[in-house]
Amino acid sequence: MIEVKNLTKKFGDFFAVDDVSFHVKKGEIFAFLGPNGAGKSTTIKMLTTLLHPTSGGIRINQHDPVTEPDEVRRSFGIIFQDPSLDDELTAWENMEFHGVLYDVPDKLRGERIEQLLKFVELWDRKDNLVKEFSGGMKRRLEIARGLLHHPKIIFLDEPTLGLDPQTRNHMWTYLRDLNEKEGTTIFFTTHYMEEADKIAERIAIIDHGKIVATGTSAELKEQTKTESLEDAFLALTGKTIREEAAGPNDFMRMARRQWTKKR
Amino acid sequence: MKKIYILWLRQLKRYLRSRSRIVGSLAQPLLFLVALGYGLGPVFSKAGQGNYIDFLAPGIVGMSIIFTAIFSGIEIIWDKQFGFLKEVMVAPVSRLNIMIGRTLGGGTVATIQGIIVMLISLVFGFRPTSLLGAIAVIPVMFLVAILFTAIGTIIASLLDDMQGFQLIMNFLVMPLFFLSGALFPLQGLPQALLIVASLDPLSYGIDAFRVLLAGSGHFGLGVDILVLGVITAIFLWLGSYFFKRIQI
Repeated sequence: MIEVKNLTKKFGDFFAVDDVSFHVKKGEIFAFLGPNGAGKSTTIKMLTTLLHPTSGGIRINQHDPVTEPDEVRRSFGIIFQDPSLDDELTAWENMEFHGVLYDVPDKLRGERIEQLLKFVELWDRKDNLVKEFSGGMKRRLEIARGLLHHPKIIFLDEPTLGLDPQTRNHMWTYLRDLNEKEGTTIFFTTHYMEEADKIAERIAIIDHGKIVATGTSAELKEQTKTESLEDAFLALTGKTIREEAAGPNDFMRMARRQWTKKR
Repeated sequence: MKKIYILWLRQLKRYLRSRSRIVGSLAQPLLFLVALGYGLGPVFSKAGQGNYIDFLAPGIVGMSIIFTAIFSGIEIIWDKQFGFLKEVMVAPVSRLNIMIGRTLGGGTVATIQGIIVMLISLVFGFRPTSLLGAIAVIPVMFLVAILFTAIGTIIASLLDDMQGFQLIMNFLVMPLFFLSGALFPLQGLPQALLIVASLDPLSYGIDAFRVLLAGSGHFGLGVDILVLGVITAIFLWLGSYFFKRIQI
């Protein structure tokens, strides 16, 4: 479902993603772990057509994000790390907007919006402006929205950040259910190791732009001779705290400045 | 089509919901209309140029349109910062259609703003020469609005945050407005200023408004529409080029 070969992304002289290869099978739940600034978000941006790779190949649902962006975009749903809702619209309008952009037919759209908003327990707030929502409510709305067009692949970039255990549990139950019933492939990043351990079928660990290990949780523990995934993770990526001084956006700004200077 | 419509609708809803923005952006044009209209009116008529309010009102309509339109284009920067642009950019919609939807939305909003200013200036003594002209001016307003929304979009694709906004206002929007003949007649200007005014696309917009609302112009309606049409096409094309280059 997802095939990545020798993927590289450079921002100026900096290798954000360096010769990364991995694959995710159809219906698999795949965790993509790594310390801050390791290249997780940059990789997700390339997989989801938001960034063009410097070199290397990607196939999403048999399509290339660079040459066939619309086919790729139709195949996945994404729940971003940062909010991406329109605060000036209501919950319902945000859903409607998404449904229209993804060609969900009128009648089905109405039904699904109702079903999903009820699922995330926002149905009675559907006509409220999103700017009146709390952080957790916004997160739930984003999750509902990402599922609206029944994507074949769901990307979740730290989806449970800032959610209480109830909501987290509720969300994973739904996603697992979707995975079992519809065979939806799930690709997620997280900093909660127990979450990855419990939910992911396979795990890849990325550090300094390179994949340092892939396998099931058990394989990773065995490889590093550790007791828990957290220990395995620390054994593989070291214990130094990473500075997330510059996010990908800052690198982009840097890259753009260099580009404009050249002209 | 439906995707363009929903993008357009979003712009319109956002505009209608921010009442403070509507009222706020009316203050400046009205100040110009009252202060300059009544302040310079006697001098203007002594110079044999007629009623200044009638001359000024089309210029002030142009002012409100250029301000609103460029701002609507620049709003993409907010979308970038608040993350909503990501949602639009991962959707299966061509970049061109996103750009068209947004530009039509921004253009509609700026046109509404222009119509409101036109109606309010009636209260201050502005009298269009004919009702027909006052209706015919609306599509021309829309053309001008589209043009400047596209320019705003281009600016927004090149900037990352609102820091540069003041720069744009002072070095682009203000000169475009003040050099356009919105406030003074282009006849009998010093050669250098006339050349500058002829290079300013807003001059043709305001000239067309003036032909339709006050019954006389400098370039003539045909030239105005032709120039506006060509420049709008060029900036739309440029806008979609720059919009495609946005990476988040």
